[in-house]
Amino acid sequence: MTNSQLTPGVVAGRLAADDYARNFSDIAPRLDPHEARVAADRCYFCHDAPCMTACPTSIDIPLFIRQIATGTPEAAARTILSQNILGGMCARVCPTETLCEQVCVRETAEGNPVEIGRLQRFATDTLMDKGVHPFTRAAATGRRVAVVGAGPAGLSAAHRLAMKGHEVTVYDGRAKSGGLNEFGIASYKTTDGFAQAEVEWLLQIGGITVENGKALGRDITLDDLRAGFDAVFLAMGLAGVNALRVEGEGRDGVANAVDFIAELRQTADLSNLPVGRDVVVIGGGMTAVDAAVQSKLLGAENVTIVYRRGKQGMSASEHEQDHAARCGVRIIHNAAPVAVHGNGAVREVEFAYTKQTPEGLKLSSETFRLRADQVFKAIGQTLQGVPEGLAIDGGKIAVTGPGRTSVKGVWAGGDCASGGEDLTVTAVAEGRDAAEDIHASLTGGQDG
Amino acid sequence: MADLTTNFIGIKSPNPFWLASAPPTDKEYNVRRAFEAGWGGVVWKTLGAEGPPIVNVNGPRYGVVHGADRRVLGINNIELITDRPLEVNLREIKSVKRDYPDRALVISLMVPCDEDSWKDILKRVEDTGADGVELNFGCPHGMAERGMGSAVGQVPEYIEMVTRWVKQFSRMPCIVKLTPNITDIRRPAEAAKRGGADAVSLINTINSITSVDLDNFAPEPTIDGKGTHGGYCGPAVKPIALNMVAEIARSAETAGLPISGIGGVTTWRDAAEFMALGAGNVQVCTAAMTYGFKIVQEMISGLSQYMDEKGMTSTADLVGRAVPNVTDWQYLNLNYVTKAVIDQDACIKCGRCYAACEDTSHQAIAMSADRTFTVKEDECVACNLCLDVCPVEGCISMRELALGEVDQRTGRKVGTYANWTTHPNNPSAQAAE
Repeated sequence: MTNSQLTPGVVAGRLAADDYARNFSDIAPRLDPHEARVAADRCYFCHDAPCMTACPTSIDIPLFIRQIATGTPEAAARTILSQNILGGMCARVCPTETLCEQVCVRETAEGNPVEIGRLQRFATDTLMDKGVHPFTRAAATGRRVAVVGAGPAGLSAAHRLAMKGHEVTVYDGRAKSGGLNEFGIASYKTTDGFAQAEVEWLLQIGGITVENGKALGRDITLDDLRAGFDAVFLAMGLAGVNALRVEGEGRDGVANAVDFIAELRQTADLSNLPVGRDVVVIGGGMTAVDAAVQSKLLGAENVTIVYRRGKQGMSASEHEQDHAARCGVRIIHNAAPVAVHGNGAVREVEFAYTKQTPEGLKLSSETFRLRADQVFKAIGQTLQGVPEGLAIDGGKIAVTGPGRTSVKGVWAGGDCASGGEDLTVTAVAEGRDAAEDIHASLTGGQDG
Repeated sequence: MADLTTNFIGIKSPNPFWLASAPPTDKEYNVRRAFEAGWGGVVWKTLGAEGPPIVNVNGPRYGVVHGADRRVLGINNIELITDRPLEVNLREIKSVKRDYPDRALVISLMVPCDEDSWKDILKRVEDTGADGVELNFGCPHGMAERGMGSAVGQVPEYIEMVTRWVKQFSRMPCIVKLTPNITDIRRPAEAAKRGGADAVSLINTINSITSVDLDNFAPEPTIDGKGTHGGYCGPAVKPIALNMVAEIARSAETAGLPISGIGGVTTWRDAAEFMALGAGNVQVCTAAMTYGFKIVQEMISGLSQYMDEKGMTSTADLVGRAVPNVTDWQYLNLNYVTKAVIDQDACIKCGRCYAACEDTSHQAIAMSADRTFTVKEDECVACNLCLDVCPVEGCISMRELALGEVDQRTGRKVGTYANWTTHPNNPSAQAAE
């Protein structure tokens, strides 16, 4: 170890090998069978359970927890996966503290909800470890569906369509499938190559062909797909990144947080991944938190998240904000960048405090500077390369009902489509529901 | 601090907590540890007749029923009476009693059902210095197949006969231990009384199979692929034991017969309940087997605190206090009307009361779109199930309707005490004149 946390600049190897292993180990390891039974026993088996209503994929949570409590985690996994085929990943990355666990009556009663997320992981991991894929395909329909994007929405739709007996081809611009599950989530939430293992497990249903390295607009066109398939589902996510639009944004050391996270996820030996001594992350969402926390875990000395609005305005949950704080990340609220200073590479970022006015957020005259040798932009992603002819709503593909776009025979879901929160679990629900609608239109709609 | 010393049929002990005749009292080593821990008395594990010792199985002797987090709710056992030589047991009993003169030491006995066997064993135990004998007419497994234990306890005539022999051949106080594996516990208790027993102790264990191994299709505990019924004990059997104790305490034929309460006593509160229903002391086994002898310290401090709070100075103040309130169904006040009330501030909106009432009871709880649960007084029969399944202590309570208040369900005003014996629907009702 030649470098340390104090080494100036953006360098690799700031920590000892053990530190990397510890820092990036599974943040919430799987419960063992006894822990799971004890955790499951806390569930009250509520009538018309609030947790189930809060789940975007409407998993029957009381039922699956009871199945764990009675020693049948495999049956529990079937209950989960029948609603959410990526239940394994969602168990790891769902912000349960703002979904099912937030409304758990034990949260209401004692501020200590049933550990729904960890129980879900126990069930799905148990089944997947056995190599069991619990679903089979219906008789072949002879229909072909194209799915664009092998992220949560695309995989969810592809699986449901294949299960219904359709032939599915999934196109994805990257070399690996999984979308944000593979490239966009903090490493310690999904360790041991789980994202790829889950994709492989999902594809065991059969009837799904994945074509990696084929991006819409670059390698394929919507017109081709419409001509070659009976239906198209668009789920390519948000490939663009918002710019800061301040002076000096182009200096060395300023990068997109999503690219940093993706690179980290694809780096086998994290001691080779350079990180700054003073890292500044601009933004207030999960991407900002994931970039900041992982910078800290890579050995950055000072990591600061700067967000233009107050704590309540951050889209990262309070749980995530607390996690960042526990990891030693400082969060500055109500400040926006006005300039990136430096001589070639970034040296400092200048911020102005903001204030809320009737006309919106305004910059005040009071400014401050943060030392920085690495700056990550995490102020939102944008839709890129939308095919002509699709109606757009609020910067996303406009959809009605279960993902129907303005173009007949074309559906959309996940982050690229309007409506819903940009969460893995929401994407899975949208993919599933669009698939059901596509299926209905390909079969029932045939005669009508 | 309340005085916990008890005098049970002339046997004195510093507290009413005895260890029951069972594995924890099989040896001098264990019993010394028990006395050091503070137990007031011990009933030594059952001695058999002289001769080749009893043989036990060499596989598992216990089966268990677990609650959440492996909390032991009940244990059954297929262990027989002591498998150590009679001489050794007698020598050890004498040694322990000499060193702990202030503790109660009672010897449990089980020998074949003939006069000579009993005469002989009584002679053997007499010079140990033990305080009394307990006749094991309860053990439901193994020994019963040989005509002893519950095989005797299930035939009142045998109980009376053997008890009579014991009183004839010994001056020691005699406790008859009863089996619950019988339809009416009062009959064996009456027989014991007729035979001259100084007290009864109950319950012995309940015939049971704790579980079935679903891979090997064998009952637990399993010995080489086979299982047999064993005696069930522990917290799970307490309600059964309480009822049997109460039946004997309130029966005219057995009223006043001293009772040693046994069956799932785990805490001071359990002990107090047994005593309130007429037990002069309690005997404990499963709780000690689960947690060790130290639990007696909680029992002593808990009972003392309770008695202090109630202004009771001696255990005699507690014994039997609840007996007058145990009655027959026909005497329950049919004009006592209550309605469930849900405390909306305490409610956590789990909906268990609603599911229970809607699916399995009287459809007397309404659920609104925002998950507010309210009782429909015009449907509520006061069954109590909502309160029982509610996970929040004190959230649901039962409100007693005042005299003259209209019961919304029946449209009738609440009247004064009236029971089934005078109810118009009762064909054999006696007109109250």
